[in-house]
Amino acid sequence: MTSLTATIPTALDAPGAQSRHCDTTGLKVCLSSQSFIKLSAVSAVVFLLLGGIAAILLALTRWQAVHLLPVDWFYRILTFHGLNMLIFWILFFEVAILYFACTIPLNARLFSRKIAWAAFAMMLTGAVMVDVTILVGRADVLMTSYLPLLAHPAFYLGIILVAVGTLTAVFNFFATLYIAKRDRTYEGSVPLVTFGALAAAIIAVVTLLHGAIVMIPTFTYSMGWTPQPDPMWYRMIWWGLGHQSQQVNVCAMVAVWYLVGHLATGAKPVNETVCRGAFLLYILFINLASAHHLLVDPAVGASWKIWNTSYAMYLAVLASMIHGFTVPASIEMAMRDKGYVKGLFGWVTALPWRNPAFSAVVLSVVIFGFIGGITGVTLGTQQINIIAHNTLRITGHFHATVVGGTTLAFMGLAYYVIPLIFRRDFVWRGAARLQPWLFGGGILMVSLGMSFAGSLGVPRRDYDIEPSGAFGPASHLFLGIMGVGAVVAVTALLLFCFLCVGTLLFGERNSGRAMAEWGAAQRLPGVREGLLDHDHWAMKGTIALTAVFLASFAVYYFANWKALADVWPVQ
Amino acid sequence: MSLSIPERGWYKAPAGAEKLWIGLALTWCLVMSVMMPYWHFRGKQNSRGEAYAVTPAAFFERADTFVQANKVGERDGIPIVEPAPGGDAYLVARMWSWYPILRLREGQTYRVHLSSMDLNHGFSLQPLNMNFQVLPGYDHVLTLTPTSKGEFTIVCNEFCGIGHDRMFGKILVE
Repeated sequence: MTSLTATIPTALDAPGAQSRHCDTTGLKVCLSSQSFIKLSAVSAVVFLLLGGIAAILLALTRWQAVHLLPVDWFYRILTFHGLNMLIFWILFFEVAILYFACTIPLNARLFSRKIAWAAFAMMLTGAVMVDVTILVGRADVLMTSYLPLLAHPAFYLGIILVAVGTLTAVFNFFATLYIAKRDRTYEGSVPLVTFGALAAAIIAVVTLLHGAIVMIPTFTYSMGWTPQPDPMWYRMIWWGLGHQSQQVNVCAMVAVWYLVGHLATGAKPVNETVCRGAFLLYILFINLASAHHLLVDPAVGASWKIWNTSYAMYLAVLASMIHGFTVPASIEMAMRDKGYVKGLFGWVTALPWRNPAFSAVVLSVVIFGFIGGITGVTLGTQQINIIAHNTLRITGHFHATVVGGTTLAFMGLAYYVIPLIFRRDFVWRGAARLQPWLFGGGILMVSLGMSFAGSLGVPRRDYDIEPSGAFGPASHLFLGIMGVGAVVAVTALLLFCFLCVGTLLFGERNSGRAMAEWGAAQRLPGVREGLLDHDHWAMKGTIALTAVFLASFAVYYFANWKALADVWPVQ
Repeated sequence: MSLSIPERGWYKAPAGAEKLWIGLALTWCLVMSVMMPYWHFRGKQNSRGEAYAVTPAAFFERADTFVQANKVGERDGIPIVEPAPGGDAYLVARMWSWYPILRLREGQTYRVHLSSMDLNHGFSLQPLNMNFQVLPGYDHVLTLTPTSKGEFTIVCNEFCGIGHDRMFGKILVE
């Protein structure tokens, strides 16, 4: 093995490198990482499809007027949906992003094919084990599998395998960064996208270690080898996995925002230091976020809750707010530089809206920021959680972050991954241009329907709200809105899978030429480049948008304190 | 560019609108950080997580003693129990019911003990929408002051098996 790797140069542009030339970007593409990007991305889309089918079954059950599934299958499919969407789809896609970010932009080959195979095999085996165990009815424990609920050992073993497999892939990522640096395949600092992926990878290690700490004793308990771990301890460590893994998604999603912004409009960070500093804040201040799920739990005190929910003065929230400015600002500056300088928002109309990757990213920024971010920070406020915990408000929040934010951004990226990595141009391009709008619109309805129903007290993870008699027609209306939104979103999800598979099978090969362009912002004739490079106030539209954002945030936040003040005093 | 190696000397302090935004965002984050300790001392709704270790059997025994001593009626076979104002009240969560029914007085303060006999359960008081987590092995104490009259439903909002959606309880406030 050593003699073999010694003969393959690390740099992709060195003689004898196992790489190809990209006819669109001019970059060198590592052939090993290309195959694993393909494998991971295809698996990811399969799990997205499985999770999407589950989603529609669940939504049509909670939509009380339809109430499709029988009760046992509802919880079974709910377990299935959570794991396939939140864990498998996202992890597989993230591994694809990691393999991309450590090789192609750095002009470096992947460290090891064997390790990549081992990682992929473990992840896939684990995921299949989990899915089969759920579908045969041996793990009706929901995604969180709170002890003393107990599933078949294969369920826990499968999750451990997925976690270890992902850790192995992350190791391959770090090792690739190391050999690229050692063998000087590039000069200077890594690109911003790689930096974002690095932040995601570091958080992933911490996250997956929590997963190992909680899942291994649970597995040994399920085998009857060790006593039952404490249910509260389980909740605390499990959420070290469950919540932080969402920060991995945030990092990867933000990296995709920068990447697609660049591909579609030529955007470059206004200030590299600020963008990188914000990623650094994620790494440093996210690790205590499991507290968000324990805010109304027994045995953890007020000071623990307050300190850990604000993870040192909300510095991770600050990071997201910084990206929420720098991403649109970089796009606006790129547009103004191209000559679209009219008024506050003249540049907005000239954006490449017909580019599905770009529209997906814009919708992702808006849904993640305005809905997901604002609700998330508010619900995660220690005392406000009293009027939100375990209601559909929580589900409404994370469908805006993970689905409207991360999933939509990843879908957007796929509109470049398939032409650039699989080298086939998309089929049915008109439908592709429509897809992000359909998906984003559907998810917006899902998220708002859930949030409003949750504000009326409707519980999450509940088969039927009818028998309690506690929920009136408004609750039913909002669940109906969620149901209609889910039909739209899942239709768009199926369309996405259909487009991907259709392109892989029937898309025109683009080897030897540039990919068919989705549409990028064009420079106006006669406008010189770089005129605004030193104007730090030119992003006027972004300033206006972020001012609206901050005002909405403050209104929602204090409205929730008011709502809290209206319930019974409790200590 | 986000995909290429940044030019040398990329390290620059933030300037202009970006600097202003970082300042505003940080200020907002500080406001939100201060709100929680402020409410802890000045607000009336807090979750302090007061809890004591207890086995399910021991908790049920205490709850049963409480029910026998303070029972004032019965509805559908479930005792209605009225604790003394300022006193302790016990609420048992189990698959799939809440035991007993509590009758409380408006404006009085009670120490309500919550614990589970089996799995995690969720105490969700409707239509007020107040929610607390209930675990086996933990006696979770809420110091609660009802400020509105009527019949309130406790819905379980933590998944606890097939009968989860039919796990209800009642709190009556007079």
